[in-house]
Amino acid sequence: MANMSLQKNPMPSQDPNVRNKNFEEVALGYTEEQALDEAQRCLNCKNRACMQGCPVMVHIPEFIAEVAKGDFEAAYQIISNTSALPAVCGRVCPQETQCEMYCVRGKKGDPVGIGRLERFVADWHNAHTQAKPEKPASNGHRVAVVGSGPAGLTCAGDLARKGYDVTVFEALHLAGGVLVYGIPEFRLPKAIVQKEVDGLKAMGVTIATDTVIGRTISIDELMEEQGFEAVFIGSGAGLPMFMDIPGVNYRGVYSANEFLTRINLMKAYLPDSDTPIQHPKKVAVVGGGNVAMDAARCAKRLGAEVYIVYRRGMEELPARREEVEHAEEEGIIFKTLCNPVEIFADENDDVNKIRCIQMELGEPDASGRRRPIEKPGSEFEIDVDCVIMSLGTSPNPLIKSTTKGLEINKKGGIVVNEDGLTSRDKVYAGGDAVTGAATVILAMGAGKTAAKAIDEALSK
Amino acid sequence: MYKIVRKEALRPTVTLYEIEAPLIAKKAQPGQFIILRVDEKGERIPITINAYDPEKGTVTIIVQTVGATTEKLTHLNEGDCLQDFVGPLGKATETEGKKKVCVVGGGVGCAIAYPVLKKFHDDGAEVHAVVGFKNKDLVILEDDFKKSSDKLIVCTDDGSYGQKGLVTDALKQLIDAGNQYDEVFAIGPMIMMKFVSKTTEPYGIPTTVSMSPIMIDGTGMCGGCRLSVGGEMKFACVDGPDFDGHKVDWDLAVKRNQMYMEFEKHKHEETCNLFKKEAE
Repeated sequence: MANMSLQKNPMPSQDPNVRNKNFEEVALGYTEEQALDEAQRCLNCKNRACMQGCPVMVHIPEFIAEVAKGDFEAAYQIISNTSALPAVCGRVCPQETQCEMYCVRGKKGDPVGIGRLERFVADWHNAHTQAKPEKPASNGHRVAVVGSGPAGLTCAGDLARKGYDVTVFEALHLAGGVLVYGIPEFRLPKAIVQKEVDGLKAMGVTIATDTVIGRTISIDELMEEQGFEAVFIGSGAGLPMFMDIPGVNYRGVYSANEFLTRINLMKAYLPDSDTPIQHPKKVAVVGGGNVAMDAARCAKRLGAEVYIVYRRGMEELPARREEVEHAEEEGIIFKTLCNPVEIFADENDDVNKIRCIQMELGEPDASGRRRPIEKPGSEFEIDVDCVIMSLGTSPNPLIKSTTKGLEINKKGGIVVNEDGLTSRDKVYAGGDAVTGAATVILAMGAGKTAAKAIDEALSK
Repeated sequence: MYKIVRKEALRPTVTLYEIEAPLIAKKAQPGQFIILRVDEKGERIPITINAYDPEKGTVTIIVQTVGATTEKLTHLNEGDCLQDFVGPLGKATETEGKKKVCVVGGGVGCAIAYPVLKKFHDDGAEVHAVVGFKNKDLVILEDDFKKSSDKLIVCTDDGSYGQKGLVTDALKQLIDAGNQYDEVFAIGPMIMMKFVSKTTEPYGIPTTVSMSPIMIDGTGMCGGCRLSVGGEMKFACVDGPDFDGHKVDWDLAVKRNQMYMEFEKHKHEETCNLFKKEAE
């Protein structure tokens, strides 16, 4: 008998006033009882509407049925057949606009907590199963993957399972891409990312860190000198964007990328780290996406009073609802419908103030969202000693400038067809390097598509 | 891990390290840099390449001990390994097509100036060099510079060796003596590069500087290394490190570079104390 409760089992979480002072994970995960109870909310519909919302096509009703039976390991095997990173997706996927959006239960009440169940299953597996994945028999083909973020790891995992000899090249000293430098520990513990990477290594994937493709080795050298038969480029987004306003280069103005990298990758908040970071008193984070929420919540944890400055309204915030709610609970102050016009600094160039102007929403623009318009004469100032710009990124020029014949679109993204194939034979691409800043799961979907196409091309 | 195959103290606070890094050695060109991390807790610091040997598979850097990371480096010995060593990063210096150039190096910046100077020389330019140091005890690489330049002026601030005074004085003398340079190339402390640029500006001599701002990833991701050049935002790691010295906003660059000075001073002291304790 299905559990007909209209509400999802709530996610046990750290108290907001405790967690906003530490970097430990906010959401604590379901207990076995909660997972069983939630799994019984699934009606196991025949048409599996939820699956159409999943970029990697996890067999959702099947895995939930195993959870309901209490066979958590069987549930894990079903998820991991199609997803390379279950513990990651269960935490950072925007389920509300994907699988859960299509869930029948959501028509009246909450949809089934698919993400929370996925996370439970992955964590249960990680806690209870010591066995590492086995190394499949080699098929003798070699593939290079550029970048070890979600797109690259997924592509590598899918190919390794089919017996390909895969090497993943990573520019930084740690594998994981945005999962380690961008998303904070309190949303995605780095031990979980490491576990997923270790799983790939056990399957025979080689991870070459400290290797910048386009500098240390070029794409052409990978194929002509090093004998890779195909290459997947999942190098991620690139240069951070800054506002074109006076004062944007003062000390204390960070890109969200820099601020988050210092904290997440370099662990600058720990006393034994050699990497410095400002410990600001009052911070303005400019932008309203998930990255802005991450930066704001990190700044809060460093002890600051934090404002989110966003030019549209609360309704228009591009961040996940859950992230906005978490930020509000933790005491982040939202200054929506306002936009910075100038940053001021003291005689040492240290930021001391930001001037903003109030905005109102006009007619919808090309993106379909209502265009923010300045209200004349509505300027006001906030005293801040740090400004974090979280406005997205523009594509990294490194690979395109060093790879002949790689077609790039107007925005600088790599051009690909529906299989992820670029304008170069046997060179594929996916993730933010193609789309510009997007989500982890979309990047994973692109990695998966390319892996399939690479397999078809090389097994001909 | 990247093995130190040779370590040589050039001066009490200036040390040469030759590191095993075959892929980087194969690709490196003058003007490019690497990023290293000494250990697991270490920060990522950019250091410009002094020399590279593709056959031997090694890259040489010359480092002045100024902070925690460089202090930790000096406690490593031949055979020890660096945690991370990545590169070559940045664009190579453009040295082709120049008939006559003057390379100006300051302090440990001379370590970086040398491969650029040698490349100008090998590409057939007439090369003058002006190198400046605080005093006689800090002079490095004099023989190397001598070998690859047509004229060399060594300056010391206190006059204890070579010509007394600043590199800008010596450069001005050379220009005023009628030397027509296609380009002046300056590498050293930001403040020196700023004044070399100021010196050449009235003469209209194209001046290239090698910038070393704060950076983390070195591949165009963090934006920490941004500079204002001719009013435009540039990223030293992907657009540089070489820029037109007459267009760089120097005051901004100098101040941005000092952002973490307090932290670094404190961290350096902490590290020194740690090593002292270990020694006791």
